[in-house]
Amino acid sequence: MTMSQQTQLQQKAKELLTDKKTDLVIGYGIIETGHVGTIFITKPEQSDRLLWNEECVDNLVVYLKRKEVKKLGRPAVVVKGCDARAIAVLETEHQLDRENLVVIGMECNGIRARNLLQEKCKTCDVQQPPHCDFVIENPEKPVTQSDPANRYARLEKIMAMNTVQRLDYWKNEFSRCIKCYACRQNCPMCYCDVCVVDKNRPIRIDTSATLKGNFAWNILRAFHLAGRCIGCSACSAACPAGIDLDLLNLSLAKAAEEHFNYRAGTERNSEPLIGTFSPEDQESFIR
Amino acid sequence: MSAEPTATIFEPKVIAFVCNWCTYLGADLAGTSRLEYPSNLRIIRLPCTGRIDFNLIVKAFENGADSVLVSGCHPGDCHYTSGNFHARRRWILFRELLNTLGIDTERVHFSWISAAEGAKFQKFITEIVEKTRNMGPYSAMKEIVALSD
Ligand code: SF4
Ligand code: SF4
Ligand code: FES
Repeated sequence: MTMSQQTQLQQKAKELLTDKKTDLVIGYGIIETGHVGTIFITKPEQSDRLLWNEECVDNLVVYLKRKEVKKLGRPAVVVKGCDARAIAVLETEHQLDRENLVVIGMECNGIRARNLLQEKCKTCDVQQPPHCDFVIENPEKPVTQSDPANRYARLEKIMAMNTVQRLDYWKNEFSRCIKCYACRQNCPMCYCDVCVVDKNRPIRIDTSATLKGNFAWNILRAFHLAGRCIGCSACSAACPAGIDLDLLNLSLAKAAEEHFNYRAGTERNSEPLIGTFSPEDQESFIR
Repeated sequence: MSAEPTATIFEPKVIAFVCNWCTYLGADLAGTSRLEYPSNLRIIRLPCTGRIDFNLIVKAFENGADSVLVSGCHPGDCHYTSGNFHARRRWILFRELLNTLGIDTERVHFSWISAAEGAKFQKFITEIVEKTRNMGPYSAMKEIVALSD
């Protein structure tokens, strides 16, 4: 009989903990609220708490950079294909000790939050997760049809507007931002010890949620992810204001691909896009 | 707020972020050569285009700029060898983000102006100021700022 993915995952975790290959498994499980959330497993006998289903929304890579998690020892982390790309970016930026990290990838059939297939899954090209130490296969194989060639199609709805309408669209969106920084907290690539918005001498960005401050903040968040965002949508999923942050990320990802033929996290050991340059970089707008 | 005089001519405010070693000296040369250019320009000198953070462009608009210019040494001439190469890559991406946001990229200008190009400085500044004058005040951005009080 073929084992379910969840059972295979639990066995793998148990084995890793028993053999002391890892001290900690970061995975999905049912948390106190009764929802699917993140659990931290340190003992082999806890492995059967690990869960895998289509509600595993979060990108758990974000925890690898947390001080309190680092204290728990050598981690293993459960990832989907999209999440796995974050590992490659962090590696590129020398942020991970890959030797002491185990990455368990789940073959993925798409994530459904409240029964709706997530937008990113509709254009997914990593149902088979890359960059992993172990891949837990789905005995039924992914059946969700995805269309990777159209990964920037969602931008069309705003790019079809004129500049004035676009600015209005974002004014309306950003007016709801409450500066909770959940987007930043949930992003695996936002790992600075002190974020520039938390620095107060000088204050670069309004600390209260003013419209201009919200613009400045969202521009900053998006641009700090330029050439780095791997499109996991964790930021959008976290935003209590329901702002479609994916659109900003997609626009920069598209720009990176069009101008530099670069896609963050698709390759291990690539150079970061920003922080390097080529004398041949092409543009037509500098006079 | 005091009432504004009714029939004022629009004088655009143009903020230029320039590097210390090329464009700033180009501006200086324009001055010592007595090449006149419109006084609508506010020059802010930074060490290198590599130091010109995109936040500064945002800040300039927050502070009422109608247009912004970012300018430095020609590729290959940066005082710090590669600051402008790094900057160029960021500008290429940043412009796309501005465009997606509906921020008018016709109001964000970039140039390479060397210390010897006083005439280019004069010409380009005049062009930007005239263009901005024709476009009118950046009211969409001023509205965002006004809504932020
Ligand atoms: S910016 Fe958002 S989509 Fe991109 S890596 Fe961070 S959390 Fe994921
Ligand atoms: S999560 Fe949403 S509301 Fe919170 S700071 Fe980010 S954009 Fe603003
Ligand atoms: S010093 Fe002028 S661009 Fe670097």
